[in-house]
Amino acid sequence: MRQYYQQQLEALHESLVKMGALCEDAIAASAKALLEDNDVLRQKTLVVEEEINLIERDIEQQCVRLLLHQQPMASDLRHVTAAQKMITDMERIGDQAADIADLSSFMRESPVKSDVHIADMARATGKMVTDSIDSFVSEDAEKARAVIAYDDVVDALFNKIKDELIERLQKDSAHAHDCLDLLMIAKYYERIGDHAENLAECALYYLAASKRG
Amino acid sequence: MQDKTPSLGAELALDEAARALSKFSIRQLQLYYGAFRALKGIDMDISASEITAFIGPSGCGKSTLLKTLNRMNDLVEGCRIIGKVELDGEDIYGDMDINLLRKRVGMVFQKPNPFPMSIYDNVTFGPRTHGVKAKAALDEIAEQSLRSAAIWDETKDRLKKSALGLSGGQQQRLCIARALAIQPEVLLMDEPTSALDPISTSHIEDLIMQLKENYTIVIVTHNMQQAARISDKTAFFLLGEVIEYNVTDTIFSMPKEKRTEDYITGRFG
Repeated sequence: MRQYYQQQLEALHESLVKMGALCEDAIAASAKALLEDNDVLRQKTLVVEEEINLIERDIEQQCVRLLLHQQPMASDLRHVTAAQKMITDMERIGDQAADIADLSSFMRESPVKSDVHIADMARATGKMVTDSIDSFVSEDAEKARAVIAYDDVVDALFNKIKDELIERLQKDSAHAHDCLDLLMIAKYYERIGDHAENLAECALYYLAASKRG
Repeated sequence: MQDKTPSLGAELALDEAARALSKFSIRQLQLYYGAFRALKGIDMDISASEITAFIGPSGCGKSTLLKTLNRMNDLVEGCRIIGKVELDGEDIYGDMDINLLRKRVGMVFQKPNPFPMSIYDNVTFGPRTHGVKAKAALDEIAEQSLRSAAIWDETKDRLKKSALGLSGGQQQRLCIARALAIQPEVLLMDEPTSALDPISTSHIEDLIMQLKENYTIVIVTHNMQQAARISDKTAFFLLGEVIEYNVTDTIFSMPKEKRTEDYITGRFG
């Protein structure tokens, strides 16, 4: 058994788990910032996003060092190459959570928020991210496949919100600005869902499992 | 040009068409050294014009199987073989002339072993043994073989000098040239770079890759990165058995057997 190598792999795994947890924090904080007009959580999202950027650079270096020093093979190779791809998706999730937090500051006490299914969308994508990271950590291919399937639910929610906003704009253009901001937020959530789907695909690749089971 | 690289996860073709293309067909091969069973029923097809790597821990049977392919084990006292090894459909343990077999299936060893004679005499030793006498023909064979082994430029001005004056890497390429001089169809290589420095190793690896166009190559190596770099197919051996045999990129990225996984990730062996 190569002990130092094993320690390097375990450290990489721990860092990925930590980055995943930070993504969950960022999404949860940004959703609350939006739905509850919470400035503290808005600020927290931006701080967490910066932490996500830092850990991404750290994991990048861990991966390069592992490839350089240990030339991993088989599941170890899949672990490292999956990690390299996952951190890009997680970093984007952090960016989008920060974008949502930013936009939410322009929507304080806007009545539009409660008229559309944005809270559902925040919950659904938050669940996708949590489950995709869980599927990797707990090596659960079934859960990863469920995340991939669930992306259709999120896409449907996005279309629903789009329709709701069009309807609202047609009836009353007084909050047109809010409607457009909210559409952008819904799009950010939809993209977060796509990134979660990518994470689940990485988990399946790491587990050498197919998408269909 | 179409990319021939198989995708990761590609599987070994096991159908009749694939078997028809195989150079060696090994069936239920068992080999005993006295009472010790060194090979326990090997079934394997080795494809023509490809590089096949044998990997596994020391004593797993990979070199034993390699030597079985040109009957080098016949010289080992107490060695007994059951089963079948066919070269192009012909049983090499049947009526085949052993000298003809060794002409068709050449071998390169771990340690460069040039004969204590000139570079020219090393390369022409085999053809002479097989009856080539004309100087012009021998000169041509020498140049061709040394060119094929990527050592012509380094030796053309010193052909009459002792081969023992060459560096380790050059000596090994000379041994490959010597093996090529008798125009074999198959080259067996038993850890051909384990005694060489990294530069010489990369020269030999490049050479092996070039040679596969015209020769079937089987290589035993302890260097898994080397197997991953140069071979098309890889067989993992353990305790006299082939545990897994598949397309190289699949073996090293998505092995099916846990024992293969544990070995190539360094968790045992």
